[in-house]
Amino acid sequence: MVCFNNGTISSYYGGDLKMLEITDLSFFILKIIIGTIGLIAFGIVFGLIYKGVDRKLSAHMQGRIGPPVRQPFRDIVKLFTKENIVPDNAIPWVYNLAPLIGLIATMTILLYLPIGGFNPLLSNQGDLILILYLLLIPSLAMVIGGFASGSPYATVGAQREMATMIGYEFPLAIVIVTFAWALGNQSLAPTVIQGISGAAEPVVLQNTFSLAVISGIPIWGTVGIIGLIGIIVLLLALLIVTPAELSKIPFDTPEAETEIAGGLLTEYSGRNLGIFYLTDAVKTVVMASIIVALFFPWNLAELLSIEDPIWLVYVLNIIFFLIKVLIVIIFSVTLIRVAIARLKIDQIVYTYWLWITLLALVGLICIMWDQQMIVSQWNFLDGYQPIVSYLGL
Amino acid sequence: MSPEATTKTTYHVPIGPIHPALKEPVFFEFEISGERIIDIDVKLGHVHRAVEWASRKRNPIQILYLAERICGICSYCHPAAFTLAIEAAADIEVAERAEYLRVIQGELERITSHILWAGVAAHEIGFDTVLFLTWEIRERAMDLTEYLCGNRVTKGIMTIGGIRRDITKDMLPRIQKDLKYFKDNFGKLAHIFLDDKTIKMRSQGAGILTKENALKLCAVGPTTRASGIKKDLRADTSYFAYGDLDIDYITPEALTGEVNGDVYDRIIQRLLEVKQSIELIEQCVDKMPAGDIVSEPKIAKVLAQLKKANGEGVGRHEAPRGEVIHYVKLTGEDAPFTWKVRAPTYNNILPWIPMLKGEQIADIPIVAASTDPCMSCTNRVAIVNNGQRSLLNKEQLHRLSVEKTRRLMH
Repeated sequence: MVCFNNGTISSYYGGDLKMLEITDLSFFILKIIIGTIGLIAFGIVFGLIYKGVDRKLSAHMQGRIGPPVRQPFRDIVKLFTKENIVPDNAIPWVYNLAPLIGLIATMTILLYLPIGGFNPLLSNQGDLILILYLLLIPSLAMVIGGFASGSPYATVGAQREMATMIGYEFPLAIVIVTFAWALGNQSLAPTVIQGISGAAEPVVLQNTFSLAVISGIPIWGTVGIIGLIGIIVLLLALLIVTPAELSKIPFDTPEAETEIAGGLLTEYSGRNLGIFYLTDAVKTVVMASIIVALFFPWNLAELLSIEDPIWLVYVLNIIFFLIKVLIVIIFSVTLIRVAIARLKIDQIVYTYWLWITLLALVGLICIMWDQQMIVSQWNFLDGYQPIVSYLGL
Repeated sequence: MSPEATTKTTYHVPIGPIHPALKEPVFFEFEISGERIIDIDVKLGHVHRAVEWASRKRNPIQILYLAERICGICSYCHPAAFTLAIEAAADIEVAERAEYLRVIQGELERITSHILWAGVAAHEIGFDTVLFLTWEIRERAMDLTEYLCGNRVTKGIMTIGGIRRDITKDMLPRIQKDLKYFKDNFGKLAHIFLDDKTIKMRSQGAGILTKENALKLCAVGPTTRASGIKKDLRADTSYFAYGDLDIDYITPEALTGEVNGDVYDRIIQRLLEVKQSIELIEQCVDKMPAGDIVSEPKIAKVLAQLKKANGEGVGRHEAPRGEVIHYVKLTGEDAPFTWKVRAPTYNNILPWIPMLKGEQIADIPIVAASTDPCMSCTNRVAIVNNGQRSLLNKEQLHRLSVEKTRRLMH
């Protein structure tokens, strides 16, 4: 069977929202508060652990020993105990506010992500489009903070960050639109949905941009061979967008240490720098979780058909999720950053606007073509079916 | 706001004196428009350590060890040039075997320095993996240096009339083993630097120094050879044992068939020179004659001879960064009457300006590093009056130079 979360599907397919069943408002609010605190703690702790693992692994790849995995925690403690210096020619309130806005926006994204087999905490209030916007905010906060710090290096860094953002947003948007489109198209093919969901009746998807829906129906199960190529191309495009989103080599020009001495962060110190450090750690988890939710939404417990005890299901799913995130981080951050040199800003924009956009468009076209062949009447290849049907799943 | 203020589109970016891109203090002031460099001003004098002044009360043997401390990486070429100058001033003979040993030391220093540079260059373009890889190879060169000299950095190997340590027969296998290691890894380094796409993207077409500019601005060493000028002291003159060795000028043409004078060519140039140095050491090991390693082992005798000497000498040596010149005048005193050092970086500062003009901010570190600058070698003057720094213009400098030359001549 193809794995999906039965509860998720029913809440969307049945048409009646789970949320309406909750009459006890105070219970709902309590759930949100506890969930938010839990997710933030999760994001910070694992963001820092992954940062440590990334540093350790890249050190080994470079023939070094590297710092211990707990080093990022020590860094944070140290940064938060250090003096917070505001330069004379900075605009203090903007300068101090920018890191906070960045961290809050990044943590908000966590509330909209399916993590460790659980549904997103706010699954009905926001979708991928919202996440796209929220992902912009930390970068914008850094730009604003950079301009407000009144250093020529930070100004150059802020200009570069804006140019990089313009570069990678387009391919990122293409990937996300492709997913929504492909799922929206599924509702035209009731057999497919019925086939994989086991629903008795044809159903209409409520919001194809919702991550709960997207991770409920793994895209791999709905496509034929051309679509499979399309998905791999899209995954590649998203993996290359990730280091730019996170300002990692080769796309770390806004912070380029040897060129502009830390760029955006040149003037930041102490607590403010610590907050940017945390933002970076949490954002890494967020980006990897988005890739996991889009491309690898399976849960281990369902793969192994384990249903009780319930704690075992949760533990297995969470561990499996953490491993998936780790693998995504290794491929999109660690491997890329040890393997190539830093690019210049014009080369970055050129790379994204031309090559990565082309790559994403190729993925989009492949999936559109594939879906048309499966769904519509102009199926000129006889027996062109989703791959899963060949596997007898 | 005045019209000028609103129409002004350029801004100033200071790089230095302390900046992650610079390994030693030097101050650049850039006028930038967007990401393009419009104008550059280079200011020096941040690491003036008065080395020449410190020599006023030292005898030539003591100065040898002072010269070694002019620079950490060129810790052989400064004493080498100084020794050549003293030997020329006092007509001191040099043991023949020592000439070969001096070449070995010089070339080993070139290997160490160029591989170090390759790592720094990789770091400047954000490719830290290559930095660690190259420095791992360099570590072997440092170990070999320690094996031959007893020290890793300040080698203390040079002496007037010869060299202080011999290479005996039982040391040869270790040398050959290490040379083989360098040769094996040379292919690996060349593959990374010459074939990697991102290194090419960063270095090709960046920081071009044309042949005309290189000639006009008197660039030296790999910087000038990478622009296609055949200028190499080892082949131009025949000091040490270079006259007996098979050595020819190397330019990037040897590998690519063309000379662009960009950063990529300077990378090729240095890699080819590493290969050349390995071959030169092998030749020396083969051709080295037996005999003494120093013409006069008793230092007191040498000093007595130097005290009687009267004359001046110029020592020139092809250091890893280019030609280093030492001028010494002996007037029958304990200490030399004067000692003047001209490090290769001095000549390679002005070429920065045509290299950097029109490039992007992102090119500054790699282009500045591509001449392999060594500021503490170069800084000779700092003018400070009552705590105020002042600048000298061309006329004042010229007048001061003439005055100093007159003082030396009388």
